[in-house]
Amino acid sequence: MIIDRNVVIIGAGPAGLAAAVELSKSGVDGVVVLEREPYEGGILNQCIHDGFGVIKFNEVLTGPEYARRYIDEANKLGIEIKKNSTVISMSKDKEITVLSPEGLLVYKTKAVILAMGCRERTRGALSIPGARPVGVFTAGVAQNLVNIKNIMIGKQVVILGSGDIGLIMARRLTLEGVKVIAVVEKMPYSNGLARNVTQCLEDYGIPLMLSHTVVNIEGKERLKSVTIAKVDDNGEPIPRTNKKIECDTLILSVGLIPENELSSGAGVELDELTQGAIVDENLQTSIEGVFACGNVLHVHDLVDHVSSEAEKAARSVITYLNNSYKDHDNILVKAGDGIRYVIPHTISGKKDVTFSMRVDRQWSNIKLCFKNGSNLIKSFNYKRLSPSEMVVVNLKGTDLKDIDGLEVSIDEV
Amino acid sequence: MKFEKEMTCIVCPNGCKLEVIQNDSIIVKNALCPKGEEYARNEMLNPVRNLTSTIRVLNGRLPLVSVRSSKPVPKGKLTEMIKILSEIDVEAPVEFHQIVVKDILGTGVDIIATREVLRDYIK
Repeated sequence: MIIDRNVVIIGAGPAGLAAAVELSKSGVDGVVVLEREPYEGGILNQCIHDGFGVIKFNEVLTGPEYARRYIDEANKLGIEIKKNSTVISMSKDKEITVLSPEGLLVYKTKAVILAMGCRERTRGALSIPGARPVGVFTAGVAQNLVNIKNIMIGKQVVILGSGDIGLIMARRLTLEGVKVIAVVEKMPYSNGLARNVTQCLEDYGIPLMLSHTVVNIEGKERLKSVTIAKVDDNGEPIPRTNKKIECDTLILSVGLIPENELSSGAGVELDELTQGAIVDENLQTSIEGVFACGNVLHVHDLVDHVSSEAEKAARSVITYLNNSYKDHDNILVKAGDGIRYVIPHTISGKKDVTFSMRVDRQWSNIKLCFKNGSNLIKSFNYKRLSPSEMVVVNLKGTDLKDIDGLEVSIDEV
Repeated sequence: MKFEKEMTCIVCPNGCKLEVIQNDSIIVKNALCPKGEEYARNEMLNPVRNLTSTIRVLNGRLPLVSVRSSKPVPKGKLTEMIKILSEIDVEAPVEFHQIVVKDILGTGVDIIATREVLRDYIK
């Protein structure tokens, strides 16, 4: 069966929902949101802690409550959300094949919004040596088991990596009576937000061991211990600093990867660094009419920014549906010194642009500079910037007029 | 007696590094907003946190419902409150923002559901 739609949104997490609501509010019809889970809301459903919505709603909400705002609005607007429906492929002509409770469906659509989110890096990606016992979980899986499925994962836990989910889980497990022995972080700084180090670790006296990593996993059936070691400036374990920690569980909170199998399958060009699509200032990918937003584009630390980015993608879709803009953006945006990546990858120089970026290491008292060649276009002062905190900067179209290239870099003051 | 303390504000993602000086009064430095000043004052006098957890659901489509405190609660009472929540269960359906525990430990704070859980299909 072939179904025609104006816009197909893949994923009913925070990005997909915000995009759908924005489209529908602007009067776009023929929108469908495809969701593989039985519930809308995506990962927010298992993020039962609070701290969401401070920027968007000026209120402190829990994950499920934040999702509910958009779900309620989507329902009020009568948006079609197909749950239990897994997209299995997408073609470059925007034909989308879906496995649904009604069988195999094929959608033909004018525009697509990619909003599939991300997934976690696993033990395999880190290549931690040792045995393969039960008791190694990624932080998000642990969170799902504990918060949704009512399954406790262990009694004595070591957490590798100080990503936000790991920190949140350290607190959650401690309150549930689990002993969290330590959070071990390879970098000399935390990868999570400063407030999470305070309210999840310091509040409960959980040690954060910086510049340390897990070098071995022991245990035959169930995990029995892990060996940790100090690392040098290059992240290499230092000999004779090994220490064995008895525990039954290891949680990995070591990074997230945009989930782009569908995008690559359709031929969307990806950025090797972000592992998300290469996009222009309208968040359009290398395939005309295919847009990306949220964690499938690049990993965000705040859902508020995901929602805003999705709304931006939705507004671009509206422009696209109205007149199919053809003038391709061609000014390249380059990540210069101190910047790991910057989104979007290209701009037109004719419009206001929101830039999202991450720095490559910790910086203090610096200037974030936007340059065209050696010409400084705009700069912003920061007291401190950390790789764990995404930087969002808006530039006016008038600032970007007449440039032929753009480089974002960090200058020490 | 003069007392100085540094703390990271947890109110919003900015995570301001606050400097607090307690003398006859409390002075808060480096806060980008008034909420940070209020946070620091509370930390010195009566630290509070929002409680979030889960409660078992009977006959629901999901085994758990996520909950939070209707207002921040004294930090020192968190463990005791979580223990109460671990010992109770609630019958489905559970409505969004339904009160599941009223006036927990006499603090005047309610524990409310942060999602809805429908009744199981079969029942």
